[in-house]
Amino acid sequence: MTHHVLDMPASEAQVRALRINDTVTLRNTLYGIRDATQIHMFDRGRSTRLDLRGHAVIHTAPNVRKVPPSAEHPAGYAPVCIGTTTSDRMERFSRPLMEREGVRLIIGKGGLRDGSSQAFAELGGAYLAIVGGTAALETTWIERIEDVDLDDLNPESLWRFAIRDFGPLLVAMDSHGGSLYRTVQADTAGKRAQVLASLGVRA
Amino acid sequence: MKVDLQCVEDAAKELYIRALKVLPPDIKDGFTQLRRQESGATAQSLLGTMVRNITVAEATNNLLCQDTGIPIYNITIGRGVQVDGIDLEHAIRRGCTRATQDHPLRSSVVHPLTRKNEHTSCGIGVPVIHWAYCATPDLLEIEMVPKGSGSENGSFLRMAIPAEGVDAIKTFVIDSVLAAGGKTCPPTIVGVGLGGTSDLVVALAKRAATRPLGSVCADPDGATLERQLSAAVNQLGVGPQGLGGDSTAFAVHIELAATHITMNPIAVNMQCHSARRARASFTSHGVRYGF
Repeated sequence: MTHHVLDMPASEAQVRALRINDTVTLRNTLYGIRDATQIHMFDRGRSTRLDLRGHAVIHTAPNVRKVPPSAEHPAGYAPVCIGTTTSDRMERFSRPLMEREGVRLIIGKGGLRDGSSQAFAELGGAYLAIVGGTAALETTWIERIEDVDLDDLNPESLWRFAIRDFGPLLVAMDSHGGSLYRTVQADTAGKRAQVLASLGVRA
Repeated sequence: MKVDLQCVEDAAKELYIRALKVLPPDIKDGFTQLRRQESGATAQSLLGTMVRNITVAEATNNLLCQDTGIPIYNITIGRGVQVDGIDLEHAIRRGCTRATQDHPLRSSVVHPLTRKNEHTSCGIGVPVIHWAYCATPDLLEIEMVPKGSGSENGSFLRMAIPAEGVDAIKTFVIDSVLAAGGKTCPPTIVGVGLGGTSDLVVALAKRAATRPLGSVCADPDGATLERQLSAAVNQLGVGPQGLGGDSTAFAVHIELAATHITMNPIAVNMQCHSARRARASFTSHGVRYGF
């Protein structure tokens, strides 16, 4: 179990060095992306002027305050509370995020499925688990909102955050086929019969 | 007692913001309990981060979770309370809108077909408002629950049949917890509704999921099943965030109603670890806030 500090964007080699149960702290830049953002990008053919190559995206739709644009708030938004949503709904977008946009890391909660695992293995990516429901803490890792695109989808816009020591995050799916979620699911499925028996349920 | 609608509007705003920022003491105690029993190192660390977040939210006066949820207002009206129902509903909508725009909060509410967001946390039929009555004189209570979507998407309904008996209930609860995995932000409160009709059983599950920890099903058979299932789900190994461990749920709560001779309805609704709720009690002495 190694701790990695990544100055984003990261190279394929840096991402392939991550193994499940390692921890990661990110620096510089992080992109926020959500259901509607990806539905519009990949199902409705919209593109973004933001360059995601080598970057990490977090499954989020933040609470923000609209403010006059300034050096502190270049996009005209001040962060209020920035957290993480359940990743599973966005499973089918992992591959196009990597293939079309060049994304290397996906941050979320609850995990992704085998399709994403395969994309991580083929293209060099990983899934970093953040603790869902801990947005107050996460917000302290955000410096400012640097840019925003596709803002007609607000709050599900494409956000660019400047970050300070964002983490530690847990490598929960890596580029070598490892997935903590798959391991736990196999384990829990194995316990099902025993738990039902303990409840007196007839097999 | 005559209800001042401006006070209700102010409370509807205040309750939404309070609920999003401060967890009730029973949930904080629930974390203490889980941490005492948790044997997994990763799980302990995840629970520790959740508890740290509660402290950071209070210290920075910030929201616990980014998900402002679907706003639910549960209204209980005592004896002798004078209020116009539709005016009360409008006051709550105004308060909910003001919370969203003044704080500001992310409006998480969209039209189901156009997906248009009015940025008010309101829409057709939302906020959800439930009405109940109690025998206490001169009391109006408003409970506010911002129901997060991660846990709300972990909702399950099964219209089982009588021949499947209680085994169907136990199996459905266990399978629902397994199907939810880490998606519902465990440790959760697993709310189980039993009996009634298809609509009532789902409402009962929601009521069960949002009941305070430590509360017990009023029906003795329901209470027994609650205890059994609470112990059983934490043997599954789902753990915090679905990453393994003993702390899959704070508790399983059951609410039940009588049902038809041919029916055996079961519903499961989950509440995430950010089990937020806030309450305002209006009496002749004014308004008091709590949980």
